Amino acid sequence: MAAHLSYGRVNLNILREAARKELREFLDKCAGSKAIVWDEYLTGPFGLIAQYSLLKEHEVEKMFTLKSGRLPAADVKNIIFFVRPRLELMDIIAENIISEDKMHSPRDFHILFVPRRSMLCEQRLKEQGVLASFINIEEYILDLIPYDGDLLSMEYESAFRECYLENDQTSLYHTAKGLMTLQALYGTIPQIYGKGECARHVANMMLRMKREFAGSQNQILPVFDTLLLLDRNVDLLTPLATQLTYEGLIDEVYGITNGYVKLPPEKFAQKKQGEASKDLPTEPKKLQLNSAEELYAEIRDKNFNAVGAALSKKAKIISAAFEERHNAKTVGEIKQFVSQLPHMQAARSSLANHTSIAELIKDITTSEAFFDNLTVEQEFMTGVETDKVNTYIEDSIAQKDPLIKILRLVSMQSVCNNGLKQKVFDYYRREILQTYGYEHILTLNNLEKAGLLKLQSNSRNNYPTIRKTLKLWMEDANEQNPNDISYVYSGYAPLSIRLTQVLARPGWRSIEEVLKMLPGPHFEERQQLPAGLHKKRQQGENRTTLVFFLGGVSYAEIAALRFLSQMEDSGMEYIIATTKLLNGTTWIKSLMDRPEAQTS
Amino acid sequence: MSFITANWNPLGEAFYRKTELYEMSWSLRDGLRDSLVAAAPYGGPIALLREPHRRSPSSRPQLEIYSASGVSIASFPWKSGPVVQVGWTVSDELLLVQEDGSVLIYDVFGTFKRHFSMGQEVVQSQVLEAQVFHSPYGTGVAIVTGSSRFTLATNIDDLKLRRLPEVPGLQGKPVCWLVLTQDRQTKVLLSTGPDLYILDNTSCTAVSPPGLGPQSGSIVHMSVSFSYKYLALFTETGHLWTGPSHLQDKLNEVDTKNTNPPQQMVWCRRPKSQQPSVVLLWDKLLMVVGVRQDNIQFPIEEPCVLVGELDGVRILSSSQQELLQEVPLVCQEIFKIASMAPGALLLEAHREYQKSSQKADEYLREIKEQSMLGEAVRQCVEAAGHEYDSITQKDLLRAASFGKCFLTDFVPDPFVLTCRELRVLNSVRESSVGLPLTHTQFKQMTLQVLIDRLVYRQFYPLAIEICRYLKIPDYQGVSRVLKHWASCKVQQKDLTDEAIARAVCVKVGDSPGVSYSHIAAKAYECGRTELAIKLLDFEARSGEQVPLLLKMKRSQLALSKAVESGDTDLVYTVVTYLKNEMNRGDFFMTLRNQPVALSLYRQFCKLQEQETLKDLYNQDDDHQELANYQVTASYREKRLDSRLSLLQSAVDEYNKAKNEFSAKATEDEMRLLRFQRKLDDEKGAGLLGLSLQATMEALLALGLHKQAEQLYRDFRVPDKRYWWLKLKSLAEKEEWEELEKFSKSKKSPIGYLAFVDVCMKSNNRFEAKKYVSKVMPEQRVRAHLAVSDLEGAADAAIERKNESEMALVLSRSSTSDRLLIDRLNRAATVAKK
Repeated sequence: MAAHLSYGRVNLNILREAARKELREFLDKCAGSKAIVWDEYLTGPFGLIAQYSLLKEHEVEKMFTLKSGRLPAADVKNIIFFVRPRLELMDIIAENIISEDKMHSPRDFHILFVPRRSMLCEQRLKEQGVLASFINIEEYILDLIPYDGDLLSMEYESAFRECYLENDQTSLYHTAKGLMTLQALYGTIPQIYGKGECARHVANMMLRMKREFAGSQNQILPVFDTLLLLDRNVDLLTPLATQLTYEGLIDEVYGITNGYVKLPPEKFAQKKQGEASKDLPTEPKKLQLNSAEELYAEIRDKNFNAVGAALSKKAKIISAAFEERHNAKTVGEIKQFVSQLPHMQAARSSLANHTSIAELIKDITTSEAFFDNLTVEQEFMTGVETDKVNTYIEDSIAQKDPLIKILRLVSMQSVCNNGLKQKVFDYYRREILQTYGYEHILTLNNLEKAGLLKLQSNSRNNYPTIRKTLKLWMEDANEQNPNDISYVYSGYAPLSIRLTQVLARPGWRSIEEVLKMLPGPHFEERQQLPAGLHKKRQQGENRTTLVFFLGGVSYAEIAALRFLSQMEDSGMEYIIATTKLLNGTTWIKSLMDRPEAQTS
Repeated sequence: MSFITANWNPLGEAFYRKTELYEMSWSLRDGLRDSLVAAAPYGGPIALLREPHRRSPSSRPQLEIYSASGVSIASFPWKSGPVVQVGWTVSDELLLVQEDGSVLIYDVFGTFKRHFSMGQEVVQSQVLEAQVFHSPYGTGVAIVTGSSRFTLATNIDDLKLRRLPEVPGLQGKPVCWLVLTQDRQTKVLLSTGPDLYILDNTSCTAVSPPGLGPQSGSIVHMSVSFSYKYLALFTETGHLWTGPSHLQDKLNEVDTKNTNPPQQMVWCRRPKSQQPSVVLLWDKLLMVVGVRQDNIQFPIEEPCVLVGELDGVRILSSSQQELLQEVPLVCQEIFKIASMAPGALLLEAHREYQKSSQKADEYLREIKEQSMLGEAVRQCVEAAGHEYDSITQKDLLRAASFGKCFLTDFVPDPFVLTCRELRVLNSVRESSVGLPLTHTQFKQMTLQVLIDRLVYRQFYPLAIEICRYLKIPDYQGVSRVLKHWASCKVQQKDLTDEAIARAVCVKVGDSPGVSYSHIAAKAYECGRTELAIKLLDFEARSGEQVPLLLKMKRSQLALSKAVESGDTDLVYTVVTYLKNEMNRGDFFMTLRNQPVALSLYRQFCKLQEQETLKDLYNQDDDHQELANYQVTASYREKRLDSRLSLLQSAVDEYNKAKNEFSAKATEDEMRLLRFQRKLDDEKGAGLLGLSLQATMEALLALGLHKQAEQLYRDFRVPDKRYWWLKLKSLAEKEEWEELEKFSKSKKSPIGYLAFVDVCMKSNNRFEAKKYVSKVMPEQRVRAHLAVSDLEGAADAAIERKNESEMALVLSRSSTSDRLLIDRLNRAATVAKK
């Protein structure tokens, strides 16, 4: 079911199994038939841990979405609320329970907090007079969810906003806890590096928690050699740029949520033989995207411009494989061919799907609008005229292009210019307010607070220095056969990944100057290993680094890290963890504020 | 070596043995006479209350507590009321039931813990008799009062008194009675003489034991087994009836030929008993009565007390203590005279081997021929566990060790475990410790509980040694012991806070799993707040410190510890607590010193208490946030004037925050809103709330050009954007003439290609063509192409001698346009040169 989680260097299925075990144990605590009432936000992440079948095995007969009012009727013994610890949800639960009592049906209530119990919430339930109605109040510690063989995410959507806008470090506490869970399963991570305020905070909490747990120390040989904690605000630029890998583009265009993408159905019409395809499906086509699919694993991280070639090569291999049947003469040969059929058919349908997706995306990438947008992005990244009002942005505003697109571009210009000149800054802001509405003044203030937009101070623009030292722009990026991570943005090498790369070799000492220009402290910590757990490294054995992006990571950055893992001489394999998988659009969206106007 | 079987007495097919546990260390002046004696099972402590009925204040009865080996633990005069019964709880606490129905609880060191009462009515009627019993729920107390009523408490730690129904015809106390625990119910079985009753919560039922004829006479003594499964009844004619305690069957009936009721009667069984028995104690005689007519009789020289155990009976006298038990089967097999059991042969083989005799080989061969060597080793290991004498233990274990050399697939775990456990048992059996546990009891009690007992008795070093020896993980073992030690240490009144804190810190250090907050809580319980705070400082988990600090009213400290922990929920908890505890001003001041807590509280207010949020910003003079707050609030207002007044406050705050841009933008918004309202009133335009751009768009759509123009000027809209807007709007409404006029009003800031494109979007090629000539040269090719004028495009491209433009035109032309293609190709070749 989740075999793809165990293919990688680190078997992340252990984590998933641990999570499943805990879930089963909780469900068995509530004996008898049950209905689960879901905090809707949790269903996606939970789907990656346990399918409905698991729940069913443990007598879960009904599932509802948490909403105010009365609970739907269900002839079950137990009602279990699966919720995040949020006050507004507590109020809904209280309402559910109060209206339930009137119907005098003897059902047992339980509550499962994900990822952590909260005294505040329990207090609220108490105030509402329903706390005593719960037989079990437990927590389900689900911090890091395995998304793929090398990828963990907390799917904590508001993490960046909370950390950088609201100074609320709840997500960092969960991060530290999640890392402790990870260390309990995969051994203590001996080395911790970090850059940024949040990274520092998480590392501090981890070290403190380690002291707290001292003694219950596990005797597991460490799987990870190094942990690198990176603040998203160390590299604000990368997520703003349009990702140009296959997976990145799917996310940019259609959005990937919890490993699934919804696509327009037209291209996926089943063409059955003899039947006219008159009934076009109207439901969006939902596809799961992960490395369990061989073809997808192969092409997901390629630059989109190299995907076509890869697909056609694959098509040839598959049709050649099907042609084999003509060569199959003996019964044995035919038998062997038949035994391979299911695999081949799966490969063929996978190929068909991805060919369709690639076509859909190609329509967009070849459009003039996409090209113009990309050109401007690349101009900014290479430092061309970043201190003037950009005509393309101006025109886009005049054409009322989507606001998020505008915000992405303006933010990018600001970041690449270490802030905008007062005149430019004011001009953009006025244009935005006049065109999209005054209410966006809150969003603009947020972006400013987060550092995405800023006024140029007297200090020098140090972006060019950073760009040059870290080689963020590579003129001759090879999209087909990449030799550098810059292929993921067709020229721009993501800053975050360059920092990771330099850390592995030759080390951060070589870029002290640049590190000082980036926000937040950089640091190194060591965690003592129990005697006898020091790894004896085989000759040529790769080291493993867990890179944790605090505040989110984009698919293109992940692709770049995977590329580094695969480079023969890198000597390093990367596992990626983050608070949230994001792209520029979802990221900016999370920072927006929209007051709802009351109409009289 | 003495014969092991020397103290064996046959009973039916089994044997019983009496093993001496201790020469008692105590020296009792009057022996056990005239005393209430209670000994806790599982080798627990012994309590002695001398002459309980003495009441004169000049000579009070003495309460003495001893270990099972007779080492004095505590002794003090009993100053409270007359005591009816003494007993021990499952956790080795001493219970004294007084005549007035109050029950006093002491710890093993004679420290008073607490007391409770068995009911108000008892004060009047007085307790006649009481029993302390153990049930699955814990320790219980049962009393019978002067008014012949029974009251039960099944668990003294969760006290619920149950007054049982009246027993018909009972006057005073019954002849004999006991407490039964069956099917999770606690009942009383009692004999009034002629009748036997079972008394439960609701009813009193007469019962008769099956097979016990009336000729046997009334029941004068009764006893229930350790497990509450079996019952023994003694009648006035000296008959002993035994059977299961549900009284639906009979095991046996024996005539003891002794019509005096025994002083004590106790079941002697063991798990997997072959020959259970009942032990009866008379003045000069101890009789072990088996299932059949067999019995063993021991003469008694001094007063004794019988203590029922899981696997035998302890016989306690003033000089010694013995364990009477059925010899375990495996020991019988090994040690029985002429036994041919594999274990017996192996033991023999090993003895011969030690004598360097070749007979060793013969014995071994014999066992191996029957392929019983594995069994032989197992028997020796198991028997070793049951032996009390360490020399015998060693003999058996050496034999086992010898035997296992000849086995290839022997699993060593049971052997190793038994060796270790015996070492532990031997050390706790030492007279100085005095826990005479059998291996069977130890297994039932578990190692955890044994360590708890040692800790409870304050044998800390031994407990730690045992934990280390058995390699128990620290947090279950050593740390737990240290925790108890420290909790005890903080209660030492003669030491200063400083000294205790230091002592605790030195010993406990950062032992994993020792919770300083737990120790601190103990200190606080004893009223030593300062010590508690000192100890809390050592606590690594700040989360643990918080609840206690709050309890001790150190809320500021609690807040900073909560912040330190990083657990935001904890911070919220403290903040909520502070909010209720403090007045608003102090509360805000406290938060001000804790920025993390303040931000979290702001988050909370954002969701829950908008008004407070404003106060918070006000207090911090955070004008920027105040302004944002007013802006958000303005959107919640339905009426325009209140909305405007909120926006005006936002302007003021933005100004105070020196955010000129936002202040200006807000003023603009207010101006726009007023303008929109005015037009809505005048023309019903429905503009209110639209953006400036959308307003102009709507005005143009309504044909209100002048007003649009006014906005364009008033709000200094860039020309480009306005031109785009107007261009699109006119095209949409197909006002072509107006459009042409507009195009000529001045030089277009957006060029004329835009005009061409927009017209084409409305499918008006005629209009589009009008603007082609005005397009700048570099865009002209595209303009011609846009209106599908290939010729024109070609001309323009050729004129500009631009290769890529020519190629563009070529790509658009169809093959039929031979002429055009040739012309372009020619021009291209020329251009190349």
